[in-house]
Amino acid sequence: MKIVDATLEQDVTFANEMEKVRADFPVLKLEVNGKPLIYLDSAASSQMPQPVIDRLVYYQTSQHANVHRGVHYLSETATSEYEGARQKVQHFVNAREDREIIFTSGTTDAINLVMHGYGRKFIKADDEIILTTLEHHSNIVPWQMLAQETGAKIRVVPVNDAGELLVDEYEKFFNQRTKFVGLIHVSNALGTINPVKKMIALAHMHGVPVLVDGAQAAPHMKIDVQDLDCDFYVFSAHKLCGPTGVGMLYGKASLLESMQPFKGGGEMIATVTFEKTTYNTIPHKFEAGTPPIAAAIGFGAAIDYLLTIGIDEIHAYEMELLHYATELINELSGVHVIGTAASKTSVLSFVVDGIHPHDIGTLLNQEGIAVRTGHHCAQPLMQRFKIPATSRASFAFYNNRSEVEAFIAGIYSVQKFFSR
Amino acid sequence: MNAKSLYQEVILDHNRKPRNYGSLNNANHHAIGHNPLCGDRLDVSLSLEDGHIDNIAFQGESCAICKASASMMTAAVKGKSRGDAEILIHEFRDMATGKLDLDNPHHLGRLTVFSGIQELPTRVKCAILPWHTLHAALNSVTSASTEAESDPIHLSAGNG
Repeated sequence: MKIVDATLEQDVTFANEMEKVRADFPVLKLEVNGKPLIYLDSAASSQMPQPVIDRLVYYQTSQHANVHRGVHYLSETATSEYEGARQKVQHFVNAREDREIIFTSGTTDAINLVMHGYGRKFIKADDEIILTTLEHHSNIVPWQMLAQETGAKIRVVPVNDAGELLVDEYEKFFNQRTKFVGLIHVSNALGTINPVKKMIALAHMHGVPVLVDGAQAAPHMKIDVQDLDCDFYVFSAHKLCGPTGVGMLYGKASLLESMQPFKGGGEMIATVTFEKTTYNTIPHKFEAGTPPIAAAIGFGAAIDYLLTIGIDEIHAYEMELLHYATELINELSGVHVIGTAASKTSVLSFVVDGIHPHDIGTLLNQEGIAVRTGHHCAQPLMQRFKIPATSRASFAFYNNRSEVEAFIAGIYSVQKFFSR
Repeated sequence: MNAKSLYQEVILDHNRKPRNYGSLNNANHHAIGHNPLCGDRLDVSLSLEDGHIDNIAFQGESCAICKASASMMTAAVKGKSRGDAEILIHEFRDMATGKLDLDNPHHLGRLTVFSGIQELPTRVKCAILPWHTLHAALNSVTSASTEAESDPIHLSAGNG
């Protein structure tokens, strides 16, 4: 029994440690409809802790000017902070060089950059692009646009009933016309963690480059682009406690250099005459115009913040919350979890017999509980499970067990409400 | 407002036991309504004889608000002239978007149980979808949507 006690004690200490981080998030003091806010929609966008807010305020009050332009004090400060943020991102994903990190406006922008810069240059009629059923619309629509333009074809890796990719099927897709793979690291709708390292290795056996959409992975687990050996990796800052309006594209330097620019304008050029323009080197070739300087610096501050807590600690605590929530929700009759992969992040997507997700969302909101309801920008995946929509609770490291309990009680009371 | 006050007994009742639910064999007007925000689809069919809605039915998969709105809509327009139905469509849309002063004369009757929806902007489209679809069917347009060009109220859709 001593062993059990020791484990319990450890769990409690760990939970207490994580409880302290709640004080860093001013939004958690908010009341919604007279109830304390229970924010379970971090997979859509996470909340911002005070140190990141403070960093943004400090930048705007004492460091702001345009970057890479002037020789004056503020411009030099802004430039060095902006480039410093790039290095923070570089180390966060373990890229070889900082020039392999492009600041974009977010995940969607980064994927569009690769579609235009790489896809339009190297993908031709009858070539094949492999995507998966789990993709977010942002990693479907750009490739469909490319396919329409070039006559290339899209092949879609199926999933099983648990929401796991059928890697054997994926392997069979490869042939000499296969030119690109777009792969979501973690499903936003179901939480499935895909075996991306293995899938990248399979693609590379056929000489095919792989883009990994890490929007839902980067906030929850260590990302090592060298270990994965991915060709492109993309995610947004606002899902990891940073500001909206900024995200990153990691690309292998040789690939980025071979690509055509996406947007034209200032900053991305070396020389301009009306006869001919030569382009700047990477990463600047892909950062036309004034970049989101403040947001990029806030992105760096968010990474610093997450690292002070520890990515492994965040992951372990979120898994505890997920397991607790899964255990409790499985006790409710008439509630079905969609997405039961063996390897998942802290996302709980579910449907309730006879009650539409929108009604659940509205009634939970009445209790101050924020969940996402809808198709989660993954309509093909909803079609696969023959449902129009789900409700989704996503747990972050700033949630706790009592919030999980309130959420489960909330679903139960919605069921009661509709059965009266 | 308290969202629960929107889900009044009459709405819950129409959700549980929708009136005029199903399809019509002798329909001469038909449309499918779609709300891409939540994936809801609604199928409205009606028989229009001498400018009157002789019969009307709906079916589809949707939330309680949408289903109750469709059920009450079919009950309200059955036997009405096309012109009177269009007036109801107009008034219902205006009520749902907060543009109708209920203190002034109107024809909505019990449909005013939906007046609270204007305070839940994300749910306005749920209530309006059946009415969009009826409008499309009456005008021989086969599909209606709460989004894009066919969206007369232009509320923004979801993201992420």
